[in-house]
Parts: sequence; C-alpha cells; structure tokens
Amino acid sequence: MLESKAKRALTTVAGLALLGNAGGAAADYALNLRRGVTSISHEAYDLHMLILWICVAIGVVVFGAMFISIFSHRKSKGAQPAQFHESTTVEVIWTIVPFLILIGMAIPATKALVAMEDTSNSDLSIKVTGYQWKWGYEYLDSGVSFISSLATPKEQIFNEQDKGLNYLLEVDNPVVVPINKKVRLMITANDVIHAWWVPDLGMKKDAIPGFVNEMWFNIEKEGTYRGQCAELCGKDHGFMPIVVVAKNEADYQKWIADKKSEMGAASAGADREWAMAELMERGKKVYTSNCAACHQAGGAGIPGTFPALKGSAIATGPKDAHMKLVMHGKSGTAMAAFASQLNDIDLAAVITYERNAWGNDIGDLVQPSEIKAAR
Amino acid sequence: MSTAATHDAHHEEHAKGLLRWVFTTNHKDIGTLYLVFALTMFFVGGAMAMVIRAELFQPGLQFVDPQFFNSMTTMHALIMVFGAVMPAFVGLANWLIPMMIGAPDMALPRMNNWSFWILPFAALMLVGTLFMDGGAPAGGWTMYPPLVLQTGDAFPFLIFSVHLLGISSIMGAINIIVTIMNMRAPGMTMMKMPLFVWTWLITAYLLIAVMPVFAGAVTMLLTDRFFDTSFFNAAGGGDPVMFQHIFWFFGHPEVYIMILPAFGVISAIIPTFARKRLFGYSSMVYATASIAFLSFIVWAHHMFTVGLPLTGELFFMYATMLIAVPTGVKVFNWVSTMWKGSMTFETPMLFAIGFVMLFTIGGFSGLMMSITPIDFQYHDTYFIVAHFHYVLVSGSVFSIFAAVYYWLPKWTGNMYDEKLGKLHFWLSAIFVNVLFFPQHFLGLAGMPRRIPDYSTQFAGFNEISSLGGFAFGLTQLLFVYIVIKTVRGGSKATDQVWEGADGLEWTLPSPPPYHSFTTAPEVK
Ligand SMILES: [Cu+2]
Repeated sequence: MLESKAKRALTTVAGLALLGNAGGAAADYALNLRRGVTSISHEAYDLHMLILWICVAIGVVVFGAMFISIFSHRKSKGAQPAQFHESTTVEVIWTIVPFLILIGMAIPATKALVAMEDTSNSDLSIKVTGYQWKWGYEYLDSGVSFISSLATPKEQIFNEQDKGLNYLLEVDNPVVVPINKKVRLMITANDVIHAWWVPDLGMKKDAIPGFVNEMWFNIEKEGTYRGQCAELCGKDHGFMPIVVVAKNEADYQKWIADKKSEMGAASAGADREWAMAELMERGKKVYTSNCAACHQAGGAGIPGTFPALKGSAIATGPKDAHMKLVMHGKSGTAMAAFASQLNDIDLAAVITYERNAWGNDIGDLVQPSEIKAAR
Repeated sequence: MSTAATHDAHHEEHAKGLLRWVFTTNHKDIGTLYLVFALTMFFVGGAMAMVIRAELFQPGLQFVDPQFFNSMTTMHALIMVFGAVMPAFVGLANWLIPMMIGAPDMALPRMNNWSFWILPFAALMLVGTLFMDGGAPAGGWTMYPPLVLQTGDAFPFLIFSVHLLGISSIMGAINIIVTIMNMRAPGMTMMKMPLFVWTWLITAYLLIAVMPVFAGAVTMLLTDRFFDTSFFNAAGGGDPVMFQHIFWFFGHPEVYIMILPAFGVISAIIPTFARKRLFGYSSMVYATASIAFLSFIVWAHHMFTVGLPLTGELFFMYATMLIAVPTGVKVFNWVSTMWKGSMTFETPMLFAIGFVMLFTIGGFSGLMMSITPIDFQYHDTYFIVAHFHYVLVSGSVFSIFAAVYYWLPKWTGNMYDEKLGKLHFWLSAIFVNVLFFPQHFLGLAGMPRRIPDYSTQFAGFNEISSLGGFAFGLTQLLFVYIVIKTVRGGSKATDQVWEGADGLEWTLPSPPPYHSFTTAPEVK
C-alpha cells in the first residue's frame, strides 16, 4: 500500500519533469563555472577551482570527523561520554592553520585582482550605457553608436511559439569587437543601476547613472558570447541581454565601415519635410522597439504602473509638452529621456505616431527640424 | 519581600481571553506572540516563494507578469528577514533568557509588550502595499536607488513600515541588554552565562548599532522622493552608491543578527545530546565577539562590482576572508563536542547536526565569494541566492526548528511526537538541498538572480529546484501540525526533559510558572 503510493508519487514527479522538458526547453545540466575566453576569465576560473578544492578538502576533514563521531560515539553503541571540554593547544592550532590557508588564498587572489583592475594601455574604448531595458554602445574611436535590445519575439516568451536556441540571449545589434585587442569598456547608465556581464569574458561591472566604471577584456577566440544585465533594474531586468561578437581585425574593420554607412542612411533626410504617412510608418517601428515594453503595443499602458498613451492628456494635448516629455523624460519614473537615445527623425516619427495612432487622431505632425530646434 | 508580594497579587488580575494577549507584559506570553507571529509570516513569505518557484519552473512567462514577480522577490525577502527570522529569535529570547539567567521576567515588561505589538501593524502595512496603485515594492529588499524611487504609491508605506520594524527591534534589543546586565541570578558571572544568552547579548548590541543607520538611509530615500533632496541622485550632486554603502553597513551586521542567536541555540543542543560539556566555551564567546566586530568592516563585499578603488577591494576582501577564522572555530568546537560523546539523535539534535553541515556548506560558498576577483563572476547570480539560503534556511531556520523541538516540552509540559518530528527533519533536510543545491550550478552557469524568465540552458536545474521548493513548503505544514498537537496534549514531560540537559531552565517545572524565578536561584 505504502509502496504503491510512493511509486505513484515518483511517477508524478517524473511526469512533471518530462512535461517541463516538453516545452521546447533544451536543458543542459552544466555544473561548473565557465572557463571563458579571456585571460581574466581563465584567472577567475583557476582561482575558483583552487578555492573550491580547498573547501572540499576542509569539508572532508570536518565532516569526516563528524561522521566518525556520529557513527561510533553513540549511546546505542554503549559509548561513555569523555570529560574533556577544552584544550588551548588544539584551539590555537585550529585558529592559526585556517589563517595560514587564508593567506595562501589571498596571494593569488591579490595578483588576479590587480591584473583585472588594470584598464591602462587599451587598444579600443567602447562606452556602454544601460537603459531600462536595453544597452547603448558608442565606439569612442570610430564614432559608431547604436542601441542593442532583446530580439526574442514576444510569442516565444508567452509560450505561443517554440523557444529558439538563444532564447532571451539574442539582440538586434550585437557589440562587435576585434580579437586579441585590449578592449576597455566605460560603463554608465541613464536611469537606474544595471550591470554589464558576459560570463565568458570573466567580469561584471555595475552601470551607475552619473558615474563611469571601467573594465577590460581581451578575447582570444572568434565567436559569439552572450550575457545579461546582472543588477535588478525594474520590470524587464530579465529581458536586456548582451551579445558580444568577436571578429578578426579585417572583419571588424569591415563591420565598422558598414555600421558607419548604416548610420548615415538612418539620419539621411533630417533636413527635409516629412509626410504624415512616412512618419507614421517609421514611428510605429520606433515605438515598438522603444516604448511598447511599458506603454504596450496598443498604447493602453499597464494601469497603476505605466500610464496609457491612448487618449492621454499628453498625447492629445499641446505638441510642445509632448515633445518635452519624450525628449527629457520624467525623473523618479521609468520614463527615460529619449533625446540621448534616438535621432531627430526617430523622435519626430514616434511622437507623430503617438499623437495619431490608436484613435488619438490629433492630425498634427512633428518634423525632424522641430526636434533639432528643441534640443 | 513586600515588593514581590504586591507584584504577585497584581498579576493575578491579568485579563482573560483575547485581551490577555493584548495587554500582557509576561515574557512567556510575549515570547509566544512573537513565535506565532513569526510562524505566520514564515508562511506568508513562503507562499511568495512558491509563486517565485512556480514561475521559474519552466522558461517563458506562465503565471505572473515580471513586475509582480519582482514584487514577490522583494516582499519575500523583507517578510522573511523582518517578519519571520528576526521575530522568531526575539520570541526565543523572550521565552528563554529570563529562565536561563534565573530571573522572574524581562526587565522592561511594558516596553516588551509595545515592541511586539508594533510588529503586526508594520507587517500589515507592508503586506497591504500589494493592493496599492503601482503594486508592492519591486526594487529588491535592498531598496537601491534610483530604482526604488520608481515604486508607486507603496513607497512611503514601505519606508514607514521599515521604521516601525526598526523601532520594534531596537526596543527589543534594549530590553534584552538590560535584562542580561541586571537580572542574572547571584553567582552567574558573565562567563557562566549560557551561550544563547551570550550570543543574544552581542546580537542586541549589533541591533542597536545598525538599525538607526538603516532608518537614516531609508529616510534619506524618503526625502529624495518627496522633498527634492539629492542624497542619492547624481544629477543633483548625490551618489547612488552611497546608499549601498550605508545600507550594507546595516545589512552585513543584520546578517549576523540572524545567525548569532542560532549559534547559541546549537551550542545548547549539541552538548545535551552528546551528554558532554560544550567544547571551548570561552573560545565560543570570543569567536562570537570577533564575528560581531568583523561584521562592521566587511560591508563592501556586497558591492564588489560597483567600481570600488583597488585598495578598497583588497581591504574588504582580506577582512571578509578573516571571518572564516572565528566561524571555523565554532564549527570545530561543535564537532569536538560531539567527539567521544554519548550521542542520541532526537529531533532537536538532528536539526542541530543538519545545521552544522549545511551552514558549513553555506560558509564555504561565502568564503569563495569573499575572493573579489571571482566574486565578479558569482555576484548577483543564483550562486549567491544558494549561499544565503543555505545560511538562512538550513542555517537560521533549522536552528529555530531545533530550538522549538528542544524547548517546546519545557514550555508546554508535553512531549512532541518524536516520530513526526524526525519525519519533519528528514523531509526538510532532503528537500532543502533539492531546492537550493542546484542553484549553485545555475549561478555558476551564468543565471542572474531576480529574473522571471531565463534562457533554456537553465531549465533543468530550475525544474528540480522548483520541485524541491514545493516539497519543502508542504513539509512545513507538518511542523504546524506537530506544534499544535504538542500544545494540546501528549505524554507529560519531566522537569529535566532531556537526560543530558544542563541549565537553569531545566530546574523549573514543565510548564514553568507564570513568573519564572520568583526567588533567584544560586549559581555555583
Ligand atoms: Cu538592467
């Protein structure tokens, strides 16, 4: 009776486990820290293994003594309690020996730390800015800059589609860096604190508004390395991944050139008059990738948390106030200052879109030139 | 003894029924209130943990939206820390300290009543934020600005409830210090006090030192939000990282506030069931004091990734590593107490041994994270989540279970059901490991903490962890059943209760009289 109950419970558990896997999940059961692809990550890995084995060794001794005691010094085996209850010698020994072990750990740890924090003599600097909830990158040497946000479709997140191979770890615009170059990141944030972390690169650093932190890496192998924001930053903290693509020097230079012409194309036409239809079309795209996470695709917002734009006083009120809010944000809320994230055309387009979509139908339109004047 | 006589006559008039609990100034009644409150909050916070584990059972968003998920992690932590673990230890202190030092009651009984009755209101306010516009606080229990400033209407209520909880803790701490300093039986010198009394004395000083700091930090948040100050706002000349420094100056001692009394409990239980005196009593006292001292100079190890200067990182790494020395001394002493004892394994002893093993595992992961260059990898991942649950659940919470099983027969006069107690231990010990051990692997593989959804590579261990979590949660219902059953009846406990028990509380009848020691016992 009892046995069959236990069996049934076991099959239920196993069934539940299978059910979990059936959701398209390619679970692997990685146990250890990743060794990574930079000198820093190798150092971290080696230190990790060293300390881990020291802990295991201490554990074997301590737990070993405890188990011997538990098995042999028990009343049921007729053990009589000994009378000792202190020993200065023993106590001094087990204060000093751990101390010496700690010194043994501190020496390599100090060496590794000094190397990790040395951001001097870098070959390339990239400014990284955390936004709620995407990353901005600016290549200080070549002027290339772009925003990088989650590329996983909503349908996968809400379980309406099978999850892809890089579910939640894929972006529209990856950061591309050359291999075998010391890359220095200058990390900051625009709104709240984030943290930039790619496990294979061996380090994470907080992105703090108003401050610039530095970290560096030197990738040895071409490849794609994925990570995530590691500091709680609000609603979509789990949805702002980082993808770093490491290329050889020639491919990297080609990518820089492509990126530059792409940027030129994107800002082309900033001086001309735009028609309503063009602004609406472009505005919808900008809205989807920058605004819909909070204000929702239909402009209805999330009551109590993110205000609706559909029929809102701002989106249907005077144009100037609307432009000011979008460009400069609202402090103390998740509303960011988009003037630093979007170019004139995108800002003009998205504001026009918000004023005319979802039945707002104000009918006026914002020209890129107006945004330029308002900056 | 005319004062004692009038005092006795006075207490005979105490209110009956519900009002007895509202007006009580008795240390046992208040202890019971604290413990019942803590158990209730343990289940409220536990229910939130179940929501978290249900959402994380599979990748994708299934049950809750991300904002609510963040509220759950935030509230789970606040409730477990301030509503469950801390009040449970204060409850134990109330019940036990007067009986252990040979006193009739706590020194400041009216303040005792007040410090308890603040708690339910603070807790209601905190839980009430779940129903406010903008939802419950979702910026993490650490309340880092600027994120916490984005909290909706709940924000001022969060701050105010933290203030209330702090006031309650400080009053409780003052009471404990005054009691221990002034009401010990003749002959009980400081170095003859039971370790539970010692650890609580040191804990109480920690509380008084850091709770005001915490209150100051959250008040600065309040003025930043409502009165245009810029303490933590870089645009106004402030510094968001300064909040983290202040918070963790409170937060790290806070961690020890939740573990030092546990050390005291374990140091009482192991000698009893090993039938052998505690090994190294004085080194236990010195180790506790060293840990308390070190707790004030290690705070920045919670913030190794904020961009500290290299010298700062080195200092906090070395200081943090040092904690391993006194903590190691404690573990070695417990093992030596067992060594060559004559052990039996009743439920309190099982939980105590479970504590020593699992707390030590938490200590190992703590030591690993003290190494700054690898903490850059561990920080803010599931590795730290595993670490602090090992020390808080299989550490602090296990010690509270151990204490309840150990002293419940004394408190109620009835023995608990040993078979069920052992079952509770084994189920808890197995499932707590199924729940938290895989989280080490998740963290090492790169899963950040506080995320509602994750990449599919993390699916396997999350599933196992969730199943362990549900089972661990259900197991705790068994504890409630056992306690209620014991309170209602059962075989009668002797005064001594345990063969190897030693201490003044065991010289009192089971259950003990309303005023524990009306005449002070002589301690030799
Ligand atoms: Cu972030």
